[in-house]
Amino acid sequence: MSSSLDQIFVTAKRWLLSWLAGTPDWIIQIASSLLNIFALLAVFLTLFALISVLERKILARMQNRYGPNRVGPFGLFQPIADGIKMLIKEDIVPARADRVVHFLAPVLIAAVAILTLGVIPYGRNMTPFAIDGGILFFFAVGSATELAVFMAGWGSNNKFSMLGAMRAIAQMFSYELPLIIAVLPVVMVVGSLTPDKIVAAQAQYTFGFVPRWFVFTPWGATAFILFFVSGLVESNRTPFDVPEGESEIVAGHMTEYSGFKYATFFMAEYLGMFAVSGLAVTLFLGGWHAPALSLEIVPSYVWFFIKLSALLFVYIWLRGTLPRIRVDQMMNVAWKFMLPMAFTCVIAAAVWHYAGRGLRGWLWSLVVIATVYTALSILLDTRRKFAPRAYRFAE
Amino acid sequence: MNSAALVVIAILTLAAALATATLQKLMHAALCFAVALVGVAAFFLLLGAEFVGLVLVFVYIGAVAVLIVFTILLTRRDIGKDRGFNWGGVLVAVAVFCGLTWSILKTQSLSSVAPHIRVLTVKRIGEALMTSYVWPLQCIGLLLTAALIGALILVMEERG
Repeated sequence: MSSSLDQIFVTAKRWLLSWLAGTPDWIIQIASSLLNIFALLAVFLTLFALISVLERKILARMQNRYGPNRVGPFGLFQPIADGIKMLIKEDIVPARADRVVHFLAPVLIAAVAILTLGVIPYGRNMTPFAIDGGILFFFAVGSATELAVFMAGWGSNNKFSMLGAMRAIAQMFSYELPLIIAVLPVVMVVGSLTPDKIVAAQAQYTFGFVPRWFVFTPWGATAFILFFVSGLVESNRTPFDVPEGESEIVAGHMTEYSGFKYATFFMAEYLGMFAVSGLAVTLFLGGWHAPALSLEIVPSYVWFFIKLSALLFVYIWLRGTLPRIRVDQMMNVAWKFMLPMAFTCVIAAAVWHYAGRGLRGWLWSLVVIATVYTALSILLDTRRKFAPRAYRFAE
Repeated sequence: MNSAALVVIAILTLAAALATATLQKLMHAALCFAVALVGVAAFFLLLGAEFVGLVLVFVYIGAVAVLIVFTILLTRRDIGKDRGFNWGGVLVAVAVFCGLTWSILKTQSLSSVAPHIRVLTVKRIGEALMTSYVWPLQCIGLLLTAALIGALILVMEERG
């Protein structure tokens, strides 16, 4: 019973494809891909609508107010109203903008966000786009986001847009390094770039009850935190929303966008957030595996989305709690603290592997990480060096 | 299906390459260059060299294309002015064309059946890099580190 419920979507897809039996192979292939794409879009656009209203509700609760509560029960139809508003708004293109580039930027950024969602395993046998180098694909395609943001900034022909784009690229470039290097220990330990194999490697239980997720090892926990923070920066959310800091540069690269193009940027930001959180779940939180043996009755995709929602809640929580960080502070953290810590994770994972992957390896990798962490915090301690702040500007 | 994909990708790549060479605005040319690189990566993916294709996208779109675009942005001054016919460029283009034609003619006939090779996995590439090609790898690493330190020193000088 539980296994048929677990595979219900896979069975449904097979049943739909059985209608096409007898047609050439390539038609079945295309139909299968289209079904995957359709399912992916349906699920994540619904999730986007849901999260956009839930985020406003949760933020409102954190700030002691009600949030949207007028449209539908508990304000749940708010995204529909927002969508209609965005659709019927006038689409303004500045007279001196580069029309083609201005138009293509939101298209590219949304396409990239949707493509990266494709390689994540959402449940048992439920990877929409299962390729060998899935992790590599994620980052290869994801790196086009920078180009899209740049196109938006340059195509708008506006100084605020350009400043926002340059900030965005500087921050994305800096944080891509800790993001990718934090993934390396997992890839090293599993010995594969395939998301399915990484999930499979986290299937067993130590002592019969502690799941073997990588987040429960010292290097895994450190890499997870680094990955999560870098992912937060990559998706340009508060406290790292420097590129669109509205009190400084209007809305950054989105200044000259209105109506549906602005909505596309907004959507791409959320889809990118889902993709990074989904990859974090896959890499460190055991993917679609249940946290305990007795809970494996619950279908695998339910577990995946529970973990994903938990991470998304942390995103919203941070947004409601922390103020925006300064640009120079952000760069300092990336280069002086996060990058060395990410390299330490790689070494700690190697130590863990060669000390036998057991309790001994656990303790030794903890020693490695604790040593480097202490050394870095002593080296980077600025509390005793109070001095007038020196401002340096770009020329 | 593969041959149809090949034709589509080839047309897209060639069109993007042509646009890179002919477009007036430098920024458009740079963006078309990125499209052409995606086309080349698609060829590698079509041939089953997944790792090479993805790394090509990763390095060239994520780093090189952004770098080119950034460079254009920081240095744009008299772009768009006609500077006359570029004879040096013609010379380089003809030389590259001749070299490529020569190497294509030197290779064995395309009609011969390709030998069956093992699927190229990331693991095999890693093993090759860490055993038979470990010296070139270390040399490249040293070179890149030197370049990085050099770049840092160039930036540090302005502090005075």
